[in-house]
Amino acid sequence: MNIQVLGTGCQKCKSLEKATREVVAQNNIDATITKVEDIVEIMKFNVMTTPALVIDGKVVVKGRVPSNEELKQILTTKIYMI
Amino acid sequence: MKSNKNQIIALILLPVWYVIYTNLQPLSNLFVDTALGMTKGEKLTEALRFFIFEFPKVLMLLVLIIFFVGIVRSFFTAERTRKALEGKSTFMGNIMAALLGIVTPFCSCSAIPLFLGFVESGVPLGVTFSFLIAAPMINEVAVILLYGMFGWKVAGIYIGTGLAIAIVAGWIIGKLKLEKWVEEWVYATKIGKADGVEEKISFSRRIIMGFDAVKEIVSKVWLYVVLGILVGAGAHGYVPAEFMASIMGKDVWYAVPLSVLIGIPLYSNAAGIVPIVSVLIEKGASLGTALAFMMSVIALSLPEMIILRKVLKMPLILTFIAIVGGGIMIVGFLFNWTM
Repeated sequence: MNIQVLGTGCQKCKSLEKATREVVAQNNIDATITKVEDIVEIMKFNVMTTPALVIDGKVVVKGRVPSNEELKQILTTKIYMI
Repeated sequence: MKSNKNQIIALILLPVWYVIYTNLQPLSNLFVDTALGMTKGEKLTEALRFFIFEFPKVLMLLVLIIFFVGIVRSFFTAERTRKALEGKSTFMGNIMAALLGIVTPFCSCSAIPLFLGFVESGVPLGVTFSFLIAAPMINEVAVILLYGMFGWKVAGIYIGTGLAIAIVAGWIIGKLKLEKWVEEWVYATKIGKADGVEEKISFSRRIIMGFDAVKEIVSKVWLYVVLGILVGAGAHGYVPAEFMASIMGKDVWYAVPLSVLIGIPLYSNAAGIVPIVSVLIEKGASLGTALAFMMSVIALSLPEMIILRKVLKMPLILTFIAIVGGGIMIVGFLFNWTM
């Protein structure tokens, strides 16, 4: 699974990246996590509110930092709402 | 099953909130006079009474209104707002953008992607500016605190004049045709395709979003509220009442422009600035001057300009500051003159 965290470096973007790494490590999820900070790259996802979480090229969360519990659900079941 | 739970919790909490809120004054009196057994009329007693009444009052207002604002905002996403504003170019577009700026969730850290997303998809520059001015300036925390400390009239004045500034400033920027002062790469950036269907959010989910908003905002601002009220309670007895009158009073003609000029580079969140404004007014500053100061602190700030510099050239940033700052000064003068 390819996970991307989109964010230009604000506080919330950092917490989303941290939370994602935590959840992935705790649940032994096989994933590569990359942080996308370049605004031009972020715009390619048509995201206007950062931070955003992208799984395999699909935007699954934007503009907020979900709880670890919700993140776990998103990452393990791939059921999500934007 | 879980869905009903959230609605029931919210329904139970609302009357509890109401009962406590309407009885705050007797409750705080009971606590100060009976539980602590302090002597009425003493300076310390009255300062404590002020704090014990004022702090829960403002906090409860914040919780209630942020909760509802959180629910309302779940209906307004940046994507929907953009869709509503696409292609709108006349005065109508500015009005809509300023109004949507109040209800659309906004964080200054998202200003750049939002600006790009708007401009790229055909929202006119001036309309985008109306949104970018209204969104931070008319902030729910500022409005609640103004209401809590000065009543609904001042809160209403703040919303009305803030909207007017956002609408007119955006309209002027649109008329001036300043697209040439937007960085070239902005118009060259390609944005990806929209995600397609937005998933339906259940009402129970929206209630959770309301609770989340309360948690997020109250945890961030409560300390400022405490500090502001403490300063208010402290300044009450120790700073002479007319202390600010000679500096920020009605008769000091340069007070408004000076306050705005000082306020522009400063940045503070609304929770921090409103209590300061309340002390200024109590100590003799005029309402117009104090409101102008507050608006310039919230609406314009050095960090925001540094962020916007990525997409706007310097002349446009300066024009933006001049137009919004000018609008704020007019509001300040108008109030000093009429009230």
